Amino acid sequence: MIKRLAWAGWVLLSAHTAAADSPASFMARYAQQAGVAVSALSPVRGEALYRSEHPGRNAQAVSCARCHTANPKQAGQTRVGKRIEPLAPAANPERFTDAAKVEKWFRRNCMDVLQRECSAQEKGDFIAWLTQIK
Amino acid sequence: MNTILRGIGVLAVTGTVSLLAFSLPPGEARGDSGDDALPRLTHKNWQQECASCHLAYAPAFLPKASWQRLMSGLDRHFGENASLDPVTQADILRFLEPHAADSGNSRMGHKVMQRLGANEAPLRITETRWFVRKHDDVPRAAWMRKSIGSAANCAACHRQAEQGTFDEDAVRIPK
Repeated sequence: MIKRLAWAGWVLLSAHTAAADSPASFMARYAQQAGVAVSALSPVRGEALYRSEHPGRNAQAVSCARCHTANPKQAGQTRVGKRIEPLAPAANPERFTDAAKVEKWFRRNCMDVLQRECSAQEKGDFIAWLTQIK
Repeated sequence: MNTILRGIGVLAVTGTVSLLAFSLPPGEARGDSGDDALPRLTHKNWQQECASCHLAYAPAFLPKASWQRLMSGLDRHFGENASLDPVTQADILRFLEPHAADSGNSRMGHKVMQRLGANEAPLRITETRWFVRKHDDVPRAAWMRKSIGSAANCAACHRQAEQGTFDEDAVRIPK
């Protein structure tokens, strides 16, 4: 019985490892949610989203680039000065490998920058741009 | 065989030591020795979530009521959306409350409470009278320096803040 449980545990564990997320798996998921082909995700739109400035508090413009810097291969800084690891997978292979983390930060940061959540298409475009940065 | 026995010995010793550690009053003898030292605390979600944007501020800097207010408004966290899933949010609050300034188990908390009115529950540590008084010799302009950014950036001057050490002698205000 214990042996069987251990076996089941091992199978579950390895299934979990096998299903680890990657930038490509996120792109596939977001494209599917948006009802488009992965090839319809646009790095150009992704970059535009990253750089676009929006009215924030105190009439100060906000954008993704404001904290993540103009070059997503560089480390950024939070408003209170804490380091943000680079966003581009080329510079930081840990990016887009954890679904809970990715969803949490899209939710928070889209609310901060756009005052709304991002659509699946926007998230897909965003990752499409970041992954093609070498 | 010898290795196994030695392993058991190590386990027994570690077990005894950790039992001892748990039987000590919380906060005491865990790094709360110096005047401005804080109890060394560990909590996965507190460290992981709070410290992704800023220093994981010690619970002893604010009373329970402050932490309750703060944790229930994370979607409007000083102008930023810092919302968490409800399970993680509740888990962090459950950690903050028993270590808060008014929980009576740290000297730092005691000092914060001494200068706090009975019904006061500030959201910012920098608004507590303890903090203001402690920093009254820092020129206003210094806070604005790019190398500091904001008074929320403890580690800019307290280089060992991440380790819970706020010793005045170790303060270096960057230019």
